[in-house]
Amino acid sequence: MTSGRIKRIALPHLVGLAFFLIWEVAVQFYEVPQFLLPAPSRILEALADNFASLMSALWVTLRITVLAFALAVVGGVALAVVFSQSRTVETALFPFAVILQVTPVVAIAPLVLIWVGFDNVNLALLILAWIVAFFPILSNTTLGLRSVDHHLMELFTLYGASRWQRLWSLQLPASLPHILGGMKISGGLALIGAVVAEFVAGSGSGTGLAWRIIEAGNRLQVPTMFAALLLLSALGIAIFFSLSVLEHIVLSRWHESAIDREK
Amino acid sequence: MSTSSATSLVQLSHVTKSFEDGRDVVTDINIDIAQGSFVSLVGPSGCGKSTLLRMLAGLLQPTKGDILWLGSDHARPADLGFVFQDATLLPWASVSENVYLPLKLKEITREAAEPDIDAALERVGLGDAAAKLPHELSGGMAMRVSIARALVTEPPVLLMDEPFAALDELSREKLDDDLLTLWRELGWTVIFVTHSVYESVYLSERILVMGTDGDAAGKPGRIVADLPIDAPYPRGLAFRQCQSYFGHCRTVSSALRGETS
Repeated sequence: MTSGRIKRIALPHLVGLAFFLIWEVAVQFYEVPQFLLPAPSRILEALADNFASLMSALWVTLRITVLAFALAVVGGVALAVVFSQSRTVETALFPFAVILQVTPVVAIAPLVLIWVGFDNVNLALLILAWIVAFFPILSNTTLGLRSVDHHLMELFTLYGASRWQRLWSLQLPASLPHILGGMKISGGLALIGAVVAEFVAGSGSGTGLAWRIIEAGNRLQVPTMFAALLLLSALGIAIFFSLSVLEHIVLSRWHESAIDREK
Repeated sequence: MSTSSATSLVQLSHVTKSFEDGRDVVTDINIDIAQGSFVSLVGPSGCGKSTLLRMLAGLLQPTKGDILWLGSDHARPADLGFVFQDATLLPWASVSENVYLPLKLKEITREAAEPDIDAALERVGLGDAAAKLPHELSGGMAMRVSIARALVTEPPVLLMDEPFAALDELSREKLDDDLLTLWRELGWTVIFVTHSVYESVYLSERILVMGTDGDAAGKPGRIVADLPIDAPYPRGLAFRQCQSYFGHCRTVSSALRGETS
């Protein structure tokens, strides 16, 4: 491991550690009431005390996020492929995908909840998280499929490649960097979508982390709020990290962004 | 015409290609290319050399005129090698997978294609680079892979669009020599687009000089001279340094400038 790499990993950790230490000391020293700002030690305590219920809430949020993300990847790539095959379909449908994207999910949430029904809240959450996560995949994949080197496209034409061969052997592999970039954005958005949707779904209906934050807030259990928040951050980091690892595994052999060149 | 005695491979009569706005890119092209010949198309940028080559490849259709290939239906041969100015390799695929591509698109299995892939790589001197990825290759090596890919289907005709223009002088001369060797061994027809007078004289049996009427940009390109290069093969360094070589270069240059020799 090079010194540069050690620095890159150690430095942010040290800054984080220093931040929490100062927080801990400051809260203790100034005797800040815990319903305003609990000390990190108190937050960890709350996490330990409510471990089982927080974990089950984490599981609910994780499940919705991952499912919404997976469906966004499948749907986004599939629709982009359809767009790449027909400019007419793309021209006809793309504006509606944009409308779906630019309309704030908070504003659509109540409608979706009514349509799906309050006894199916998890389905509503899934739909809302999917709406947010879907667009980056669609737009990045569309861009990727369109950015294929035109000489390579001509080469496939020369050899009489079918649409399917062209898609499978050229356009999709060439779009992988774009698709994976879209996935990194979309993974984080799926989590945000799931949390926002749960906030909107409101009292008594949610069982995920967002609902735990509202519930603990109502009871002024601020350390528990922070504990749930901590888990949400950890979940977001885990999603981003997994997708970065995936990107590195897929692209490291050939793509300019991931090739380790001698400096 | 210098090659009138040989069997013609392709005849172009009154071929014109227009842009969508009606302006002509190339106009009234009449040429007859003999089977097994090495023909260069030389001309300044924007004179329509690449357009002409793409029409021969079937990537573009002529607006007017006919392109008639040897054979009963006068259609473009199904197997046709094309080499672009850049190597145009699949960056995620190894050298051997890139050479396999034309056969893969014909749904020939990898096992069945293996001997052809090996033979093609041997021919361009890359027998031991099969597992490398394109980003690990030098410009010259990448171009060799591109040539190996073009010859793996054993096409009767090879179209090359300024293939060595981006390479350094030494790599280029080496590739010129190797290309001539392959051409003589395999008996195919090569149509070679270049803007280098020296390269075209060194390689070709016949040079078609393209130009436009007058200096104004936007004028359609046409064939302004059809020059035979009668030096014998094999050609080597001695040819590059002999008087007749420079004589030919002067003739092509003046034709390019629009002077009548």
